[in-house]
Amino acid sequence: MTSKTPRSTTLNRRSLIAGGAAIAAAPFSFHTARAQEPTIKIGFPVPLTGPYGAEAQDQVRAAEVAIAEFNAGGGLGGRKAELLVRDDKLNPGEAATRALELIENDKANFIVGSLSAAVQLAINNVTKQRGVIFNSISQSDAINEVADFSKYTFHEALTPHLTAGAVGRYAFSKFGKKVAFLTADYAYGHEMVRGFQEAGKGMGVEVLGDIRHPIGATDFSTLLPRLQSMKPDILVINNFGRDQQIALKQATDFGLKKTTKIVVPIMLFTGRQSAGLAAFDGVVGGTSYYWGIEDQLPSAKSFNDQFRKLHGGRVPSDYGAMGYAGVRTVLQAVKNAGTVETDKVITALESLKYDYYKGPQYFRKCDHQSVQSVMIIECKTKDMRNDADVFQVVANEAPNEANLRSCEALGHKA
Amino acid sequence: MAGLTLDLIGLQLFAGVALGAVYVLLAIGLSLIFGMLTVVNFAHGAFYMLGAYVGLWLMAHGGNFWLCLVLVPLVVGGIGLAVERVLIRPLYGRGIDYPLLLTFGLSYIIVELVRITFGKAGFPFDTPEVLQGAVDIGVGFFPLYRLFVIAATAVILFGLWLFLERTSFGLIIRAGARDPLIVRVLGVNVSKVWLIVFGMGTAIAAFAGLLAAPLQGVIPEMGGTILAEAFVVTVVGGMGSLLGAVLAGILVGVVVSMTSLFAPEMAKVAIFALMALVLLIRPQGFFGRAGLMS
Repeated sequence: MTSKTPRSTTLNRRSLIAGGAAIAAAPFSFHTARAQEPTIKIGFPVPLTGPYGAEAQDQVRAAEVAIAEFNAGGGLGGRKAELLVRDDKLNPGEAATRALELIENDKANFIVGSLSAAVQLAINNVTKQRGVIFNSISQSDAINEVADFSKYTFHEALTPHLTAGAVGRYAFSKFGKKVAFLTADYAYGHEMVRGFQEAGKGMGVEVLGDIRHPIGATDFSTLLPRLQSMKPDILVINNFGRDQQIALKQATDFGLKKTTKIVVPIMLFTGRQSAGLAAFDGVVGGTSYYWGIEDQLPSAKSFNDQFRKLHGGRVPSDYGAMGYAGVRTVLQAVKNAGTVETDKVITALESLKYDYYKGPQYFRKCDHQSVQSVMIIECKTKDMRNDADVFQVVANEAPNEANLRSCEALGHKA
Repeated sequence: MAGLTLDLIGLQLFAGVALGAVYVLLAIGLSLIFGMLTVVNFAHGAFYMLGAYVGLWLMAHGGNFWLCLVLVPLVVGGIGLAVERVLIRPLYGRGIDYPLLLTFGLSYIIVELVRITFGKAGFPFDTPEVLQGAVDIGVGFFPLYRLFVIAATAVILFGLWLFLERTSFGLIIRAGARDPLIVRVLGVNVSKVWLIVFGMGTAIAAFAGLLAAPLQGVIPEMGGTILAEAFVVTVVGGMGSLLGAVLAGILVGVVVSMTSLFAPEMAKVAIFALMALVLLIRPQGFFGRAGLMS
């Protein structure tokens, strides 16, 4: 399972059965197994099925790079790491069950993963109770708040407050002040809207309307005429994965781009690759990472090259890269601590200063949020060097704690 | 509500009719099959999805969209024929739940086979070039492709009407729907008629799936939700009634669209609220015959 992405649920099931068999056989092989130290197991629940599947698969690929790198570097004094990929199906219940199985049955040492502002809270709930470190690699504002946070909780991804803030500050000053929202009706969408509104305060931004759609929607044709009739300067589309591709495609079909600038908090590399230029053309969005910065940044170059080597020349996506950083931070902390003991690894993570792929990052002490840069990107329409050369970075907001919600605002004692 | 203009309502109506067109195509297939065979075809959504995937495969192997419009119904209709002949035929005369359970299981198998063959991730599906962009329809800009979907549905419905009303085979189908026993007594090979009706139903479902593909892309699960909605349409229109399926399909599309205008979060619920309302007032649906299910 270390280097293979489970392609279907059958594979998962099979590995579960194999795992079950191994546990059943354990009493008999106990003495022989003792001789060799067990691998460091990183549980990796992500939504391989569902509207965020393409992004989740890339997270797995990038996580495999971190594992391969750790093992090639000798592991923890010869002790290797192993990635246990599980499909959480974008469902909080499923994710909690998978996380629990990973901890109880598979004896995972750490959990990294999740790709949903809502689902990660379910995983966090489990890891918190079991005292297992969880490094989340998808956006959420709530996970850092005192109600959900625990010392075991780390957040490698951006937060909606940070992302929407950066994109809002850029877009409102450039494209206009009248804003309408089309928003996926769950935590991610809600938090993004709040982030944009907070960024718009003091900039004279006027919100004309916010239309919500259910997650996994396939048709926006009944929502678009209303948004069009509001005549906004900017339409912010706050959704993700396949929802984003379909919404952008249908908005283009309806001719919305003729009158309105479309802005997305996260412009997905996977989405742009799969839906093509027409849907994404002219759209401005934020991102945690774009592989093209490798020309300026050695750490990006080194990560991209490792990814290319392991995955047949393809380049990592934004969310994929977070899978890499999410696993690598934990493994580096293990190395620094010289052990997999939870408390020591937490201390090592807290003191980590790292530049693994996108420039300097560190975990803020009070809420374990990774302080990092946000890039603003647009589609390239010409001079593309290859199929993956799709975006250009038009602005880069440097890592700055002031752009995050303060520790006090999150409910932490400073 | 501010900004509510006649133009907006007009656009919203068009969006609803375009949405309804796909419901209509799925529902007439369901209705045809139920009216003739008394088979509640739970695999209908899977055939819809197959249509999109066969189209995707043909496009990747050098076909174009127009060719797909012809080939996809033929290919999937052929699969439908095989399913009726091999799987469903042995179950006739055994009660309505036997074929229901069979097609229910079959839908899972088809979806899983597609996942194994094409992967779970899904694919985008390009709108044919000549149908891209929006045109001014008097009340505002509307996507050209959605107008094409409405037109293509109208053509299929007209063709189906001609076939049922103007051919002798259509006469047999209509007679068979009224009373299969008498038709059999008259010496008509009813099993052949049923075979063809099932094939036609699946072919139309596949056609609908292909039409929907450029709107929303292609995923293995695409038949799931829309099947539930198509069942609502057949129930509202009256099980087994083609005219009912057409009217109810458009009505459901328009109801979804209009609800989206005023209360977007209620749009999905509105479909089922409509069904509940119709069933309270007219339990057999608009044009359904009472007692068909018993």
